[in-house]
Amino acid sequence: MTPGIVIVGGGIAGQAVCEALRERDRDVAITLVCGERAAPYDRVRLSEILVSGENSETLRLRPTEWYADNGVDLLVGRSVTWIDADRRVLGIDDTDELAFAQLVIATGSQPLMPPIPGIGLDGVHPFRDPADCDAIRLAAASGIERAAVVGGGLLGLEAARGIAAQGCAVTVVHLLDRLMERQLDAGASSLLAPALAGLDIDVEFDRNTQQIIGPDRAHGLRFTDGSELLADLVVVSIGIRPESELARTMGIVCDRGIIVDDAMRTSLPGVLAVGECAQHRGIVYGLVAPIYDQARVAAQTLISGAGAGGVSADAAALYLGSVPSAKLKVAGIDLVCAGESGGDMEAVVTDAATNMYRKLSVRNGRVIGTVLLGDTRGSEALVAAVRSGEPIDDPLQALADASLSGPADLPDTAQICDCNGVCKGALIAAVIDGGCATPREVMAVTRAGTGCGSCRPAVKEIVAAATGGLNDEPAYLCPCRKQTRKSLAEQIRADGLRSVSDVANACATGRACGACKPALAYLVSEVCANQHREERDARFINDRVHANIQHDGTFSVVPRMYGGVTTPDELRRIADVADKYEVPMVKVTGGQRLDLLGVKKQDLPAIWRELGMPSGHAYAKAVRTVKTCVGTDFCRFGLGDSVGLGIEMEKLWEGLHTPHKVKSGVSGCPRNCAEATVKDIGCVAVEGGWQVRAGGAAGGNVREADILATVETRGDALRVATTFLQFYRENADYKERTYDFIPRVGLEKVREIVLGEESGAALRERLRIAKAATQDPWLERDEPYHPRQFDDLDEPDPEPALVGPPAGAEL
Amino acid sequence: MSTVTPASTYACCVDDIPRGEGRSIILDGRRIAIFRAGGGWYAIDAACPHRGGPLADGIVCDRAVICPLHDRRFDLDTGAALTAGDPVATYAVEIRGDRVYVTLGAAQWPAA
Repeated sequence: MTPGIVIVGGGIAGQAVCEALRERDRDVAITLVCGERAAPYDRVRLSEILVSGENSETLRLRPTEWYADNGVDLLVGRSVTWIDADRRVLGIDDTDELAFAQLVIATGSQPLMPPIPGIGLDGVHPFRDPADCDAIRLAAASGIERAAVVGGGLLGLEAARGIAAQGCAVTVVHLLDRLMERQLDAGASSLLAPALAGLDIDVEFDRNTQQIIGPDRAHGLRFTDGSELLADLVVVSIGIRPESELARTMGIVCDRGIIVDDAMRTSLPGVLAVGECAQHRGIVYGLVAPIYDQARVAAQTLISGAGAGGVSADAAALYLGSVPSAKLKVAGIDLVCAGESGGDMEAVVTDAATNMYRKLSVRNGRVIGTVLLGDTRGSEALVAAVRSGEPIDDPLQALADASLSGPADLPDTAQICDCNGVCKGALIAAVIDGGCATPREVMAVTRAGTGCGSCRPAVKEIVAAATGGLNDEPAYLCPCRKQTRKSLAEQIRADGLRSVSDVANACATGRACGACKPALAYLVSEVCANQHREERDARFINDRVHANIQHDGTFSVVPRMYGGVTTPDELRRIADVADKYEVPMVKVTGGQRLDLLGVKKQDLPAIWRELGMPSGHAYAKAVRTVKTCVGTDFCRFGLGDSVGLGIEMEKLWEGLHTPHKVKSGVSGCPRNCAEATVKDIGCVAVEGGWQVRAGGAAGGNVREADILATVETRGDALRVATTFLQFYRENADYKERTYDFIPRVGLEKVREIVLGEESGAALRERLRIAKAATQDPWLERDEPYHPRQFDDLDEPDPEPALVGPPAGAEL
Repeated sequence: MSTVTPASTYACCVDDIPRGEGRSIILDGRRIAIFRAGGGWYAIDAACPHRGGPLADGIVCDRAVICPLHDRRFDLDTGAALTAGDPVATYAVEIRGDRVYVTLGAAQWPAA
């Protein structure tokens, strides 16, 4: 094989060079050598894993098959130990040799660990790789009193957030008098500390750590002023040191990092450097966006042959430096900054009460920097202006205009995904020319949103605008046959269709891809008021076995506890079942129920029988839980009987399926302990009556529920809430939550119909009829719809004896 | 009545699998998912190549199955991945009277 290109280092930079090369040349041989034990992963998102505890596998930049499919030889957990530049050969783990034509050094950086006493103690960690992440998370969750993070830069703050998320008190100690001093000015920094305090992250300034207190393991920090901070976990995040050792041994000219020219070439012909190990025009970039710019230039240099020095670098493919931009990935704090933090003219809008700070910096009449804290509206447009150095007259007006503009207003050239360098125009092209219909498809094709993920909301908005503007396509229930909920409902009514297969026979829905079968099943049941003919093959597995499938194919069981109220006897039965069936986890859910997790499918009927409780429908698109506070029963602040109303709602609605899950709550006073204002349907007792709300959300997005009405009695509250439920059941698209449904229909329209005397009464009557036809699905324990409802076949039964002529009679 | 070829293995009775559904079964040490789909009977490897999801629990249409975990879709006839990622192996199924037989010897993969 002719020697090809070898990339040393499988971080984001190495992977980016690899991808940029393959985009330009399908054939050149590429070997990617990863020193870490994992295939290339998205290091930028480590802080997310620290918060969530998800497996670091989810950070993989590409699945294993990508490397095979793209002819990239991936060596994982292998180190390049020597390079012979003259012979063009390098050594791997001192055991193998690999010839190369051109070489890319992408060895990244090491965390900077200050040479202070105690730095090597147990309990002191850098925050650089998944192993650090696991160690920090484990320590933070182990019940220690306090953790300390040394360094108040971007990464340090993200680490602190991850520690706080484990319920561990955390203090960030910073050498200077302001946080993120590379990106922020004093004004924004002074508001960032209080915002962090709101997330239980303390900050101490002017703290020069002199020593980590031991002796057996880390117990705290001692500062140069003699003061101390007790902490059993110390995370050090004071900066990075470019990993240039390999380059130095080859005699390549290095300073802080490996010095590269505008074509990303080092001082040695045929050897390039990219990423955090490289120093370009005096700058070592420690942020992700410049890496992608560098990788594209490096790939161009390699392909053009300019890398070997034979051809002069193509002027079009030069790297001229990047405008640094950064987003703080700390849930609860919105912070975007780009370019410089000050200029010769500055416009600032700030509100200390809400920790909001927006600034645009200008020099010589051009935009050179922006800092947006607490209110990042228009960040895409402002960052784009910084990147292009847009001429500007009135920065204050520009800030105001930006706050009104969404991603959809941006020019096509505006970069949306900084990680992968995807412009808005590329997203729109994926929709219009590429035929993509959903943000997910667009992200898969363009790679936008697949880096740090912070641009995903913008991508979704742009795709929505692009697909919506394209042909105003309605939301199809069956995209294959282009049929809407409305057109199908009309046909079901007109032709008296009673099952999914009736509809399939009449209009061929659900046959080509099958994805819409559950939506059809719901529609048929809703239109027929639950008098439909049930066909379980149209249902998702959860609705075939009335339990929620888990990642390992086991199921979870949540018995119904009306209003979250239970009894000692129920608890005993749950405990007995958990013991007898060796349930791996019993968990209290957010909806105030008990969840038995890890149950085998075949054990479900017996468990239901022994529980003797009805299904909680926690697996279905149906009325889920009604969460309540204790209200007037015991609480000294209670204004209304929240438990009573919650139980009444839950009993009245139990067993009703809905377009998407419906989570409810009832709070006995405006302190809102049942979080009713972020539920799909929520009631809050107020002085003199009840507030009935709908359309709340507390998931990926948080939305305060709209007030449908404020009524006097508990009966009125139940009536309004119930009427809304039926209105939602009849009119929402499948998988459309109330918080999307209400804005689509319009709150005024919803109120008009739900509160209208005649229309409301009609809705309630239809709900009553539908409810009358429901029954507890867990009763199928005794009357399964098929003898094998809960069974896989496992080993084949012995083959039954043939009836008729003996086997082999016809041989 | 025709005879069963020696290579095929008895799996189950036709009535063991509800119409429009699948069930998994261990045959010769391998976990296979057998489907009674709109377009006929099919057998494929039971684990989704993406994250090991139980394909037998998936929603089935005329000749495709959707993994219940992350909605990967596979052609039941060829095993081809219709969404993203790797394909699955398929096996020939024969129905003799009320018996279902699977030919294990020759797993089929979709043409690349």
